[in-house]
Amino acid sequence: MATPYQERKMRDPALNPGDEPYFEAAAEGKLLLKKCNDCGEHHHYPRALCPFCWSEKVEWVQAKGSGEIYTYTVTRRGGPVPYCIAYVTLDEGPRMMTNIVDCDLDTIKIGQRVKVTFKKTEGGASVPCFAPA
Amino acid sequence: MTIKGKAYIVGAYEHPLRKAPNHSVAQLHAEVAKGALEDAGLTKNDIDGYFCAGDAPGANVWSMANYMNLSKLRHVDSTDMGGCSYLVHVAHAAEAIAAGHCNVALVTLAGRPNSEGSSGTQVRDRGVNLPEAPYEMPHSPVTINLYAMAAIRHMHEYGTTSEQLAWIKVAASHHAQHNPNAMLKNVVTVEEVVNSPMISDPLHRLDCCVVSDGGGAVIVARPEIAKSLKRPKVKIIGTGESTKHQMAGQVDLTYTGAAWTGPRAFEEAGVKPGDIQYASIYDSFTITVLLQIEDLGFCKKGEGGKFVSDGNLISGQGKFPFNTDGGGLCNNHPANRGGMTKIIEAVRQLRGESHPKVQVPDCRLALAHGTGGAIGHRHGSATLIMERE
Repeated sequence: MATPYQERKMRDPALNPGDEPYFEAAAEGKLLLKKCNDCGEHHHYPRALCPFCWSEKVEWVQAKGSGEIYTYTVTRRGGPVPYCIAYVTLDEGPRMMTNIVDCDLDTIKIGQRVKVTFKKTEGGASVPCFAPA
Repeated sequence: MTIKGKAYIVGAYEHPLRKAPNHSVAQLHAEVAKGALEDAGLTKNDIDGYFCAGDAPGANVWSMANYMNLSKLRHVDSTDMGGCSYLVHVAHAAEAIAAGHCNVALVTLAGRPNSEGSSGTQVRDRGVNLPEAPYEMPHSPVTINLYAMAAIRHMHEYGTTSEQLAWIKVAASHHAQHNPNAMLKNVVTVEEVVNSPMISDPLHRLDCCVVSDGGGAVIVARPEIAKSLKRPKVKIIGTGESTKHQMAGQVDLTYTGAAWTGPRAFEEAGVKPGDIQYASIYDSFTITVLLQIEDLGFCKKGEGGKFVSDGNLISGQGKFPFNTDGGGLCNNHPANRGGMTKIIEAVRQLRGESHPKVQVPDCRLALAHGTGGAIGHRHGSATLIMERE
């Protein structure tokens, strides 16, 4: 038994003011994080204030794009095709919600090393997904 | 200030319907309000506090207060914490009564997701301006996969198995067989649960709650009023509420907000987990029950799998009778929100009015706990401890 990854329709991100740089970078194949210049912490999803110390001195930084799977599940019913939703722990620290793609979904494991890859939404936006490293 | 002993649940009513295609949602709210008032032995003009949540038409108190023509209101609250809103409402009603802001509070819940074709595998729109939405919605988080991710992590860290989770459904089904209104009245086995279709690994169809129409209501009143009524007296002695989220990227799905609300409620009530004779535990999925049992301190973190196995949750057989109406897993889950029915079955147990086959003998101390939202990203938690006087 195998459950090969299949392309699926992904919803467009409904951007709020301030989200544009993240998705512009994604379109160029780059994953961004926010880093606080006061407390030094990375966070995700990106905010205008550091969620740890509430400093406004946050800046965009490019993530390495590598990490490991914290948890996941393959949703097999309800949609047109099975898909894997997951949290990936980035090497910079934050855990982000994503999809695991481009592999046999039945082989995915907690702790597995993954690297970022970008998939297009229905309207053509790029969103970060992860595939086995 | 504490709410301990400052307010009582004097009325409770659960709508008997599980599919109500010809009822409006407003009608369901009004019918459960009427049922709870009659149960209490009070009248409409006694109500001076009204509480409802996002399931009410318009998602605040205006439309339902208008529909029911509640004209004596001095205190209103439309706090929405998803499925645990009604436990929060009872706590807030007790606070309002203790502060002298109202005397008789009505709390209503109702909805028709069964008639409307709702499902836990649908992506739900949760509104505009959500800061997290651009980073989540393209990945299709749905109710079940947000719980399934917690289940897989729990299995990874603690060795919990699908068979252990299945025991939670088995216990609920043993209770539901005695409830003529339950949607799923057949007793099921561990094998039947783990062999039911896989929806989102590791949660099978029978790890899920039902989708039902209906609703429920409770009436909270000050002690002088409770003492003047004929019903058994159910005193509110401890409450806790909180919300847990993604911690700015430091996600931890191995525990829920119950780890915070439980200890606070126990401290206020002056009792320990081991004192509780009956517990209503929110059961959107089997994993929800297991995590909350651990977080509330009924067993150690990681030992929930062993604790729920071998019939330990079955009334009359095990040491920890839970959800004796069949719960959300078998009885009903009106409006996709199970908090109200958790309170109602705890009240029945304390009054000695649960079905005789599942009634806990001389039940004097009960707990109800709810989880709203989804433990996989953001959720509310609320705990209520009640005592029969």
